[in-house]
Amino acid sequence: MIYAGIDIGSITAKAALIKNNRLLGTHVIMTGYDPINAGIKVFDALLKQSRISKTQISAIISTGYGRASVSFADKALTEIICHGTGAHFMNPEIRGIIDVGGQDSKAIFLDQNGQVENFAMNDKCAAGTGRFLEVMAKALEVDLELLGDFSLAADKPSKISSICTVFAESEVISMIAKQERRENIIAGIHESAAARVAILANKIKIKKPVMMTGGVAKNKGMVNSLENRLGFKLIVGDLAQENGAIGAAVLASKL
Amino acid sequence: MSDKLSEKRKIKSAKKMRDIMTTYYLDAMTAGQNNKQIAWITSGGPVEPLVAMDIIPIYPENHGAMIGASKMGEDLCIKAEDMGYSSDLCSYARADISCSVVKGGPIGGLPEPDMLICCNNICGTVLKWYEVQARFYNVPLFILDTPICHTRYSPEIAKYVQAQIDEYIAFLEKVTKRKFNYEKMAEVGRLAFEAQLLWQKVLNTTAHKPSPMSAFDAFFFLALIVTLRGTKIAVDFYKELLGEMEQRIKDGISMVPNEKYRLLWDNLPVWYQLKWLSQKFSDHNACLVADTYTSAWCGAIQYTNKDNFIGSIAEAYTRIYLNIGVDQMAGQVLDMIKFYNADGLVMHSNRSCKPYSFGQMDIMKIVREKTNLPVLMIEADMVDPRNFSQSQVETRIDAFMEIIKQKND
Ligand code: SF4
Repeated sequence: MIYAGIDIGSITAKAALIKNNRLLGTHVIMTGYDPINAGIKVFDALLKQSRISKTQISAIISTGYGRASVSFADKALTEIICHGTGAHFMNPEIRGIIDVGGQDSKAIFLDQNGQVENFAMNDKCAAGTGRFLEVMAKALEVDLELLGDFSLAADKPSKISSICTVFAESEVISMIAKQERRENIIAGIHESAAARVAILANKIKIKKPVMMTGGVAKNKGMVNSLENRLGFKLIVGDLAQENGAIGAAVLASKL
Repeated sequence: MSDKLSEKRKIKSAKKMRDIMTTYYLDAMTAGQNNKQIAWITSGGPVEPLVAMDIIPIYPENHGAMIGASKMGEDLCIKAEDMGYSSDLCSYARADISCSVVKGGPIGGLPEPDMLICCNNICGTVLKWYEVQARFYNVPLFILDTPICHTRYSPEIAKYVQAQIDEYIAFLEKVTKRKFNYEKMAEVGRLAFEAQLLWQKVLNTTAHKPSPMSAFDAFFFLALIVTLRGTKIAVDFYKELLGEMEQRIKDGISMVPNEKYRLLWDNLPVWYQLKWLSQKFSDHNACLVADTYTSAWCGAIQYTNKDNFIGSIAEAYTRIYLNIGVDQMAGQVLDMIKFYNADGLVMHSNRSCKPYSFGQMDIMKIVREKTNLPVLMIEADMVDPRNFSQSQVETRIDAFMEIIKQKND
């Protein structure tokens, strides 16, 4: 039996397939402005890549902010439960998760059985989310993917004091005007975002080992800043971004 | 069939309450013609002496709730900000201050006050708010200062507040140019006491599974215990409402169709999202069975002496939920969780109401430690919808309910 999970985030759409409790494959595309279409597209692409037809899929669960727009899913569940399940599936030791996504960041506390015990999410503001990093990357004319590499070359991270994304952006612009090194500004941005995310982890008194999931986990600079803040190492898998979709597929197999 | 069922679920007394409230506001609007005076009073203020003096009490906060529920809060808040008030100011205050100027809102503004009674047992915001209004309407203002009882009601506090209660009565005599009627006061006190007992009994009915009503209904039926406390109208109404609830229990009528999970709500309602929120929880088979807000109007009944009401006012009005220490608040929340057999706690972190929201993180921690129940914190504001993000709140509620289901099923 094959099961699918589809995670429609605000920036990327992810899909995963599970067979006999083993991961068959995953796929990621940009969500774009049309989450309905993104769900169909990412699912079709994954089926094609895995040489599987729709009729072989026994159940589908959708998740992510666009979870309600996946009309062909059997059920929609939130990212919290899917990331929890995904992390537990990838590594049953995991007790804590930090997920930094496009518009939400969250910290999740798992019990020994991989069930969500508690969670905390960012408040209504974009500070400490992927969107914050995206805005900053634009202001600095750096590819989002390259932010991490840049910040690793910093010698003295700049201090960003504004929490608000809009104010932080103007702070960054004035730093550019003062010709501060771009690497340092970027490292400063990561520290500022990491500080916000660490608050969530501390709020729920997160337990180790902690896995970082979500697209931002690919950003080494952000992972570094977070580890410094938290005072321990984070586990980052190759499929951090796909983790929510994987969890959704696992949950689909239990429907 | 399903229409019939949902018709059965409707609480019949609702119509009666609407009528009573309409009459109450009409009376207030025509007070001048009937030679009656109007006092604006804060929601936690001692209203009974006003009733005893035949002064019509008007609650700007109740009006604020109406503004919020009729989704007129945003415009009025913006108007207040145009006038120079900060967007961080409580949205009840913002809506009331601007409404006085533009005569807007669902009932075209409140009837003008002859005096203002401000008690800071709920917050410090009301002090400045009522000062602003006293200048605007150029009417006398009485301030009752009730120190916070962090751990206890000390003899010093008792003496200090009692002296002010005496001043309060002198103030009313001066403004009305009439002697205070202690006999009538005793009668009003008895009625106020009885209404509070009845209100508590109404709220207690939700301990039954399934619950005959939800906190969303309590938010609505609260209006009378606030505005008409001390009158026979309130007593009669709550008797009837209690009867209806008891009948519903007998008939097995629940408010949420398939009640499976029972939740406790903390803080003021999100007035402009009541319908969406109640549907959201109901879709998850969850009923908000009780809340810390509506129970505040009978929470201090243990300090009230029905045979010497005026003598116990000082203590009863000082020891209300928002005027005690966080440990004691958490204690009350824990008691409620037990009494109502709740599966989780939903906390509304209310941008407007600082005294209510300030200790919530600690209460959350205490509840988690003592009960291990899931606790959800959602961020919103009771009147200003600009502080509410539906999709974010939805994700949090869905996730919270998924956890509760995982734990219970
Ligand atoms: S701050 Fe809170 S207690 Fe004070 S008036 Fe506003 S809502 Fe009421």
